[in-house]
Parts: sequence; structure tokens; C-alpha cells
Amino acid sequence: MVYDDGSDPLTAPRTSGTEGRDGFPDALKVLVAGGFGVGKTTFVSTVSEIEPLSTEELLTTVSEATDSLEGIEGKSTTTVAMDFGRLTLDERHVLYLFGTPGQERFWFMWDELSDGALGAVVLADTRRLEDCFSAVDFFERRGIAFVVAVNEFDGSYRYEPEEVRAAVDLKPEVPVVLCDARVPGSGIQTLVTLVQYLLTQTPAPAPAPSHGAHS
Amino acid sequence: MAPPALPQDGPWLDDAAGRLVRPYTVINGRTRPSAPLDLLSMVVPTGAVSVAHMGPEHTQALGLCGAGPTSVAEIAAQLRLPAVVTKVLLSDLVDCGALTAKAPTFRHHPTDDQSLLEAVLDGLRRRL
Ligand SMILES: Nc1nc2c(ncn2[C@@H]2O[C@H](COP(=O)(O)OP(=O)(O)OP(=O)(O)O)[C@@H](O)[C@H]2O)c(=O)[nH]1
Ligand SMILES: [Mg+2]
Repeated sequence: MVYDDGSDPLTAPRTSGTEGRDGFPDALKVLVAGGFGVGKTTFVSTVSEIEPLSTEELLTTVSEATDSLEGIEGKSTTTVAMDFGRLTLDERHVLYLFGTPGQERFWFMWDELSDGALGAVVLADTRRLEDCFSAVDFFERRGIAFVVAVNEFDGSYRYEPEEVRAAVDLKPEVPVVLCDARVPGSGIQTLVTLVQYLLTQTPAPAPAPSHGAHS
Repeated sequence: MAPPALPQDGPWLDDAAGRLVRPYTVINGRTRPSAPLDLLSMVVPTGAVSVAHMGPEHTQALGLCGAGPTSVAEIAAQLRLPAVVTKVLLSDLVDCGALTAKAPTFRHHPTDDQSLLEAVLDGLRRRL
């Protein structure tokens, strides 16, 4: 058996897999989402230590229109490309950043991408705030923690973070930061904010004891 | 006469038939790898097996795996092939013993793992 899918009790990491005793680093994932042209590719490339790469997936979409006579559903295949970058944190941890494509109706179908993500950065352009709503909805529904990074474009109206929070109707704890995706330090700072936010989240409650609960 | 030049700007570029035809032939139309591989699964060559008999596509995929662990996503990007095709090629290589693969640890509740988050935070801060 050459695969280690973590399911073998003898070889599966005892704690959370951060030991890297087998020589494999722990690959972590953060998604960078937001509307069309908001700076996702820029964010991923300025933060990445490698030339940003792109990976594509073929998604089969079943079209809404069905041929009732034949009973055949129309199927078509769409290619969806994601930008990604890499950030080696230490010998054991490598962070991968995936910048989702602007055409969100496709990446929403790519379950593998959001599965197991540490968290997400939602980029928002104050000129078109509504463009980030669907990404915010998506992460809220999936229970993926995210920060909103307001990308300040030249000549755009300067909103205060609290104004953005109100406009997007964010929960009070969700961090809203200002960011310039063209500046590496600004992107890293946004990721720091995300991880600090994850650290403040209360851990999932331990399983309730089966006896002795007070009424 | 020299034989016709091999396509240079992509592993399976075929002007007449389109870029995807060749890889799908190679993987026999399979779209499911024989074993689960994630985009962030890490693969590392064992150095134990010759894959020459498997054909140029597998050889090239193995060559891109480098010396240390490499993510499936990076290999797919360098092959310029869809992730699904890359996964089939790589799973063939795992099956024949040329690669070892390790799936990423999924984190549905990353907040449970404070020490992991601290390590990520430290790593990020070193880059500021
Ligand atoms: N002023 C300013 N311009 C930015 C910023 N971030 C990105 N840009 C510019 O905005 C343009 C679009 O950026 P991209 O990174 O391609 O945006 P994207 O979200 O990947 O776009 P799509 O993939 O097409 O949805 C580029 O010309 C960037 O240089 C920013 O923070 N400030
Ligand atoms: Mg882009």
C-alpha cells in the first residue's frame, strides 16, 4: 500500500498531522475570492514565493434545459482555471493560495477547492461592493472563516471599514482590513489578520458528557 | 530528412486535434484516478522504478516531481493539463511504485488546532 490517505491507524499522524515525520510537509490552503477584476491574481502573485501558476479543472455542467422528448439532459464541459501561489512557512508547513476565477458560478462547483481550507480572503472593491456578496455567502454557508480585504483602487471612494461591514452585512467579529494587493507586505498582513482571527474563534466544543448533565 | 519536430510549447499540443486529445488518449478516457489524489496531495519519487515503458507522458510527469515533495497542483500547472488528467497520470505512477503520495490533512475545524495556527502565524510574520 503506497497511498497514505491518513486512514491507516498505524501510519496516520497521531495528532493533527503537523509533525511531518514522514518527510512530507503539511499543505495548507487559503482561498482568495472576490468579484471580477478585484485583484485576486495580483494578491496571489505578490504574496507567492514562486511564479504564480495556474491549474485548471474540467467541470461538467448539466444545463437547465432538458429535452423532455428524449429525456436527455444537455451536458457541457467547462474549463475553470485557478491561480495559485505558494508560501513556505517553515520546514513543516507550506501555505497554498488559490485565487478563484471571476466567473464564480464555475468555481462554486469545485468542491475540492474549498474542502479543508484554513480560511479565505474576500477582496472587495468599494466601487462595486456588491460583487463580493456571493463569495461572502458561499463562505458563510460552508462555515469557512474569512476576512474581507478592501482593495483600494485609485480614484475610488474611501469607505471606512465599518461602512463596508454595514454594507455587506458582516457579522461583527469578521475582520475588515484595507489592503493593496500590489504590495506584498499588505497581502501578508491580510493573511496574518486571517490567522489571528482563526485563533480567536472558540474551538469546537468537546463532545458533551453522556451523564451528569444538570438540567 | 529529419523526423517531424515534436511540439515544443506544450506537452501534448496537437494543432489539428486540440490540446486535450492526446492526454485523454494516454489515460484512456479515464477521468477518475485509481486512488484518491487531492490538488494538495504531495508526491515524491521513490527512485525505485523505471517508467520508460509507460510512455513519454508518464515520464514527463515523473520528471516534474523533482527531488522533494511536490503538490499535484504544481505538477498539473507545469504539465499544463487539467487537474483531473494529471491525477490519473500520477495515480498510475503511484500504482507502479514510482511515486509515494500523501493526502493533505483536511481541516474542517482549523480553530481546534491552536499550535498549527501559531506555526502559520509565525511563518507569515517572518515574511513581513
Ligand atoms: N489601485 C489598485 N489596483 C489594483 C489593486 N489590486 C489589483 N489592482 C489592479 O487591478 C487590475 C485587476 O487585477 P487582477 O489581479 O487581474 O484582478 P482579478 O481579481 O484576478 O481579475 P479576474 O481574474 O479577471 O476576476 C490589475 O490591473 C491590477 O494591477 C490594488 O490594490 N490597488
Ligand atoms: Mg484573475
